[in-house]
Amino acid sequence: MRELANSASNWIVPLLILGIPLYAFAVKRVRVYESFIEGAKEGFTIGVRIMPYLVGILVAIGMFRASGAMDWLVWAIRPLVAWAGFPPEALPSSLMRSLSGSAAFAMSSEIFKLYGPDSFIGRLVSVIQGSTETTFYIMAVYFGAVAVRKTRYTLAASLITDASGIAAAFVITRLLF
Amino acid sequence: MNIVWLLLIAAAVISGAVKGHMADVSNAMFSSATTAIELAIGLVGGMTLFLGLMRVADDAGLVRVLARALRPVFRFLFPDVPRDHPALGAVAMNFGANMLGLGDAATPFGIKAMEELQTLNPDKDTASDAMCMFVALHSSSLQLIPVMVISLRAAAGSKNPSETIVGTIFATVVSMLVAIGVSRMFARWYAMRARGGAA
Repeated sequence: MRELANSASNWIVPLLILGIPLYAFAVKRVRVYESFIEGAKEGFTIGVRIMPYLVGILVAIGMFRASGAMDWLVWAIRPLVAWAGFPPEALPSSLMRSLSGSAAFAMSSEIFKLYGPDSFIGRLVSVIQGSTETTFYIMAVYFGAVAVRKTRYTLAASLITDASGIAAAFVITRLLF
Repeated sequence: MNIVWLLLIAAAVISGAVKGHMADVSNAMFSSATTAIELAIGLVGGMTLFLGLMRVADDAGLVRVLARALRPVFRFLFPDVPRDHPALGAVAMNFGANMLGLGDAATPFGIKAMEELQTLNPDKDTASDAMCMFVALHSSSLQLIPVMVISLRAAAGSKNPSETIVGTIFATVVSMLVAIGVSRMFARWYAMRARGGAA
């Protein structure tokens, strides 16, 4: 399955990069090279536009991680999830997922090492990490690209989505394994 | 966002002070700022490539074709976006790339989608409902096959690294539905509040 997924992604992108210009040129008579350059022009501007948003978010998250304040968040939420039967060992990496993908993956590896990837906790962590996203990073990049500063209810909706992903992962892992 | 941002920083400084991690916090500030710029620069290459490709697809009319094909879904998700608008084509390409796990391609398509949505946005400084819905949907991790997790499991010596795929897809679909429902509710609530404020 993993090989299939990997080789699929290796094939799809090159095929797109051949297929789209080929169709455009052969069928629609688009001057493909000029068109490509016209679109590509924006790339750098967007990268620069994202920078302040990304610095703002990543600095706050970096400070938060380094300070160990995560322990407090875990401590506050722990009784709630323990009541539902959710293993508290899986909590820190799950909460970290919205903030930093690389940190969450490192914490998951640690859990795999401690409990084994095929334990209940190992499987639960796997499902959680696969079905949640680095919400803060996504928000910084996407809103940064269009210079939108007031994001209204996006963060609230995203965090509720993350929480529901964790809850759904817990329920399905319980049922499947 | 204002409150969460402040909370993150305040918690960091207080916790740093209490636990004596202030030096780490201070170092993390500057190293994170550097990482952020490196990340942004790192995005530029792929972004330039795929934005170029996207323009070719747009000029060939492919983006509109895609938008039209997915019209029923999008009319429900993004009621404010006119049918056949290129924004919907970009959204479709972003979702497609995300589901297939093509992260490098997904981000430029997503940015293109945001730019197109911005052309429809009356207040350029404030997110539109369509933007909120679009970004919130990403939190459900649209990716169907969690390649990264599977590699981690394999590296940790799992007997069957891909056995969690079914569970992942289930949790992703559930949280996707929650994202849609919650965004809709917030949109309605904000609209009501705006009307109330105007009256």
